[in-house]
Amino acid sequence: MAGVGGGNDFQWCFSQVKGAIDEDVAEADIISTVEFNYSGELLATGDKGGRVVIFQREQESKNRPLSRGEYNVYSTFQSHEPEFDYLKSLEIEEKINKIRWLPQQNAAHFLLSTNDKTIKLWKISERDKRAEGYNLKDEDGRLRDPFRISTLRVPVLMPMDLMVEASPRRIFANAHTYHINSISVNSDHETYLSADDLRINLWHLEITDRSFNIVDIKPANMEELTEVITAAECHPHQCNVFVYSSSKGTIRLCDMRAAALCDRHSKFFEEPEDPSSRSFFSEIISSISDVKFSHSGRYMMTRDYLSVKVWDLNMENRPVETYQVHEYLRSKLCSLYENDCIFDKFECCWNGSDSAIMTGSYNNFFRMFDRNTRRDITLEASRENSKPRATLKPRKVCTGGKRKKDEISVDSLDFNKKILHTAWHPKENVIAVAATNNLYIFQDKMN
Amino acid sequence: ITAECAVDAQSLISISLRKIHNSRTQRGGIKLHKNLLVSYVLRNARQVYMNEKYAEIYRMQQYEEVMTVCNEIQELDPLDVVSGGAAADECEDAGVAEQQQCCAGGMAGGQASLCGAQPCSLPSAPEEACKTSETLFYRSCCAEPYPPPPPSPCDFSPAHCNKTTVLDLDTHVVTTVENGCLHQDCCCTPLQPCSSPSSKKRKVSDYSGCGYYAPELEDVSVDPAPCKRAKLEDCCSDCLVDLDTANISNLISIFGSGFSGLVSRQADFEQAFNGQFCSKQALASLGAWTRAIVAF
Repeated sequence: MAGVGGGNDFQWCFSQVKGAIDEDVAEADIISTVEFNYSGELLATGDKGGRVVIFQREQESKNRPLSRGEYNVYSTFQSHEPEFDYLKSLEIEEKINKIRWLPQQNAAHFLLSTNDKTIKLWKISERDKRAEGYNLKDEDGRLRDPFRISTLRVPVLMPMDLMVEASPRRIFANAHTYHINSISVNSDHETYLSADDLRINLWHLEITDRSFNIVDIKPANMEELTEVITAAECHPHQCNVFVYSSSKGTIRLCDMRAAALCDRHSKFFEEPEDPSSRSFFSEIISSISDVKFSHSGRYMMTRDYLSVKVWDLNMENRPVETYQVHEYLRSKLCSLYENDCIFDKFECCWNGSDSAIMTGSYNNFFRMFDRNTRRDITLEASRENSKPRATLKPRKVCTGGKRKKDEISVDSLDFNKKILHTAWHPKENVIAVAATNNLYIFQDKMN
Repeated sequence: ITAECAVDAQSLISISLRKIHNSRTQRGGIKLHKNLLVSYVLRNARQVYMNEKYAEIYRMQQYEEVMTVCNEIQELDPLDVVSGGAAADECEDAGVAEQQQCCAGGMAGGQASLCGAQPCSLPSAPEEACKTSETLFYRSCCAEPYPPPPPSPCDFSPAHCNKTTVLDLDTHVVTTVENGCLHQDCCCTPLQPCSSPSSKKRKVSDYSGCGYYAPELEDVSVDPAPCKRAKLEDCCSDCLVDLDTANISNLISIFGSGFSGLVSRQADFEQAFNGQFCSKQALASLGAWTRAIVAF
């Protein structure tokens, strides 16, 4: 069976699934973001309850060959709590909108996590030794009476069970009036940007009490608002360049060297609308939900409701590639509007070599497109296909006419099972797929 | 042409308003992005709804004018009349059309009383059909006065109707019109010239490419079939359709702001579509419909 992402012999296999099996899903457990770190050793998830769970990949070991490459829980912590804005009488959700890792510079790991209003820098560090033999306190921690001390000793470091601690090192607050939708670490490893519906701010990782506003699309009169910012990302190599996408299906590339306020774009990417496909919902389905640079920095990818587009940064008037994710939904837009599914924000991701892209769909389906062979595949994240190292069978949606065996008809799709967040290991063919409250990890059979 | 489900512009409007209303109580505060997208659907649906309404009005006006003409001109030129039937049929049809229009006018927000208030007299003879002084017309503002009627024994022509009651769909104000001219304050001064009644096919706005949008407009200038009596029933039942303007007004006052950025584009469409209508009126009315999103 031809595969996507690694050549003809390539096949995806089930590796692991994390999360509760219950049919009853607690809202707080719904995964809202998934992100590998730069090496792929760590995998972080954030959920609607404001928690972050970090998985670490087991090292290869001859003793336990079967668990090679498995991800196990490394650290869990509560990143954000629900808050209340008393001035506006608004509740601020604790849902983690995005997690972005910082490149590793020492033994500790750092990540940024954000909810609608506040970004936090977390330090995740290991502790496997502890000091014993203090002079002023005994082993329980109780203070000793100084007058009873007759001798002095030097505390010694003794090994202890590994403890992973997460501590908030910086809190970047009060800079966003609207809901934060993106954060992106810059290639200089010193700054990062955060974007809400109308503004983008540039921060220094060390400075929390101020940030630079670099994009502001708020009109003087809010009644004239016609578009909002939906996603933003820093260029992977050029620390002066970033892009942001809009609800109108356009992408603007900005150069921070040109001006302090990057309201004037350097490049403007837009594909002309096809007038024959105009409908009530044209504006909604053209809104871009995610934008990602390729690892090379030469391309970027955007996701709108029905398709994924790859853009060459040197060509602004149309994408170089367009992939239909679930075109069969075009005739269902009215129902999807009624049940709010049309507002779902799907993300997309590149593989390490930029040869393949992946994005999610409904019914726990996710789609992969091979840019070289132009082959695409639909796979499903389900408990039924979760035998260890079981090969995933390609799925097909029947769009009309006679339904073949193993095909599923459009009307049978479960729109409550949506895969909005996926991540691809930066170097290997390992993918993480968030299906509501479960995290699936798939690997290629080669591994 | 995209094959979407048979969607009613009206139901989309009410669904959209409901979404905006519900967003006020959602956790995390009003989502600007989602509400902006909903307002686009609202605008699109309202555009279609208004196009359909205006098309009906235009049809009704055409029939009146044709009826006038055919009664006053001895010779019938088959190319000019709407249908090739006898004058009597046309008047009859037009009478029914007016009745239909009453009901259609009553659709907007509980003006059902208008439906029954002034029953159109269904003619048994052509001359009687021409007596429409008591008839209710549903007409937008700024309608040009009808061209002065040629001398005729028939007492029908609308110019001789001293009183015409007009319902403005947007403000729900009932106004008395004399000599075909609106006495209500008109927001645009130069009256846009009425397009001459003719059988040429009328081009609807950009949306016309998709037949799905306003399928009834395809044969707008030709067939009086919509005036058939069977349709009358449908129309009257539509009076009871819950556009719920009382709640809409409350919604508007709750939010108290609007997106006139969308308004300007709407105005362009409507101006292109039908020169009869005052673009500013359309602007003002659109504002009321799209005014559903909180300005921070």
